[in-house]
Amino acid sequence: MISVQACLDGILLGILFALIAYGMALQWGVMNIINIAQGDLVILGGYIAYFMYLYGIHPAWGVIVSPIIMFFVGIAIYKLVINKVVDRDLFISILATFGISILFMQLMNFAFGADVVLANSDYGTTMLFNSNVVLPNSKIFSAFISILFAICLVIYMKKSKLGRAIRATAQNARAAKILGVDTEKVYAATFGINAALCGVAGALISITFTIHPYMGLPYTIRSFMIVIVAGLGNLPGVAMSGMGLGVFEEFADYILGTEFRIGSVFLLLVLILVYRRFKLSRKREYLK
Amino acid sequence: MFKMINKNSILYIGILIFGIAAPFLFPAFKVQLSILCVLIVLATTWNIQGGEMGYNSFGNILFYGLGMYLCASVQVGMFFPLAEWTESGGEKTFVHTPAQFFQGMAVGLIVAAIVPTIVAGLIGYSILGLRGHYFAICTLGLGVAAGEISGGIEIIGAGQGFTTPPFPEVGSLDSRGEFFYFLSFFVLVLTFIAVRGIYTTRFKLILNAIRDNEDKAEAMGIETMKYKIIGWMISAFFCGLAGGIMGGLVGYIDSTDVAFDGREMGVFMVLMAILGGKGTLWGPIIGATVFHIFKEGFWTFFLGWQYVALGVLIVVIVIYFPEGIMGWLREKYPERFGEVIDEKDRKAQVELK
Repeated sequence: MISVQACLDGILLGILFALIAYGMALQWGVMNIINIAQGDLVILGGYIAYFMYLYGIHPAWGVIVSPIIMFFVGIAIYKLVINKVVDRDLFISILATFGISILFMQLMNFAFGADVVLANSDYGTTMLFNSNVVLPNSKIFSAFISILFAICLVIYMKKSKLGRAIRATAQNARAAKILGVDTEKVYAATFGINAALCGVAGALISITFTIHPYMGLPYTIRSFMIVIVAGLGNLPGVAMSGMGLGVFEEFADYILGTEFRIGSVFLLLVLILVYRRFKLSRKREYLK
Repeated sequence: MFKMINKNSILYIGILIFGIAAPFLFPAFKVQLSILCVLIVLATTWNIQGGEMGYNSFGNILFYGLGMYLCASVQVGMFFPLAEWTESGGEKTFVHTPAQFFQGMAVGLIVAAIVPTIVAGLIGYSILGLRGHYFAICTLGLGVAAGEISGGIEIIGAGQGFTTPPFPEVGSLDSRGEFFYFLSFFVLVLTFIAVRGIYTTRFKLILNAIRDNEDKAEAMGIETMKYKIIGWMISAFFCGLAGGIMGGLVGYIDSTDVAFDGREMGVFMVLMAILGGKGTLWGPIIGATVFHIFKEGFWTFFLGWQYVALGVLIVVIVIYFPEGIMGWLREKYPERFGEVIDEKDRKAQVELK
């Protein structure tokens, strides 16, 4: 029964990871930037929901408020830093976003304190299989909301004008520019949408799990991992590998102990990259 | 040519004399000076990867932390049961005699240098096959994973940390600072000689070739993988040594805050090398010195806001100053770097644009 519990927990957790990873895939595909501060944006979004909870508003409203605030935070970050590193060497953008990550981590530490916090949603729990498996309703809620947001975003990207502009820029930025797409605006919007997605995910995480100022980097690594396993622009793949990662984590937590949970995530990243490298090197290719 | 060598050797001798005299000139800053030496070692060895080879590693911290833990463990484990030592949490139930301390330190440093080198050799083949940002993120993951995992291992103190053996009471009060200063200065000199030696050989050219175009380098018949691994092993050797010294100097090892401190040391070494100018011999040294002076001068000034300042500093340096101090000097005084610029040619090019 514990394995069923871990599987279900993992899948519900993995859907959240997939949402964050989708944001990362979006900006990676469009702007060719790997955002190390992704996880910190998630945590910041979580704190917004947590603060609503502190002031007596139900934290589920954070799902609406948090992305709106985070959208503007994302655009601000883009205007201040990212637009200067878009066309540069990838390492520059990694290092610059790493700086942003450290900055955010510490600012959140000052603003919200170093305690592990959780916004209580009072959703109760669902018992399955003669109450051998306990599922908090908040987890089901968060999975449902993330799927909803993902579907909305996919439709938006397919149908709307901005969505088409974003996809065109991802395919070929120069050609898009020639055809009259304001790529600067597209980049800003992409980063904003990514930050908004992080905001949604963060609000959901603050309801279902816990948040802490220093917990950002694991989320970045998870989403990076999901993206490299699934590939850019492969949405079902992102969802599947997100859930797979969630299940892996729950089992690692259960088998190795909680203190090795984060360590096992990072180790899995290294192993996946090394596996891919050996697989590709047989064809004398490499990851790029 | 001879004139150049003379000038350089005068410079080197001057620095050497200054280095030896420094702890007596500035007795209050002995610990700071030793940390500076360690920082220079880290930045210089990072530069072998990041600057010369074009492999931006966040993972050199792995060897640094490994060396730190190994040196302290060997130093304790040679004479006392290690598990009990860490369990007592630095209580003085076991006391090293001076002879034991120095013996342990010597053996510990040797182990701390050799094991990371072997580890680098073993994982090098897998990791160095990655390129660009995949390498950067993979090594970042490696460093964090090492920190998280070592934080769960009981025998080296797990979450509560590991107290390194206290310095025995020999000589005067200052002897601890002097000992660690001269140790780190010795390692610095060793590193400098080694790196400078490397940079005068074909090895450096191969590393540069890998940086500029790895596929072409391979097509020219260079076994790039071999050289990449050797480069990483050299870095690991000195990082391990630096870590061992730093462990003794700090006196306390924590898995994520001291040893595998990706947020501080791991970024510092990258930042210092970039600040000074990567891909140059003197760049990391200048960068580390400037950075350390800035850090020590202003860290107390920011009081609690250090990491905010660090984050801003990273962003500013990376965006506005990616060529570093040496790059700036090179642009300003190209003649000093042996580059001849034809003014007419330069102007002509500008006009063409």
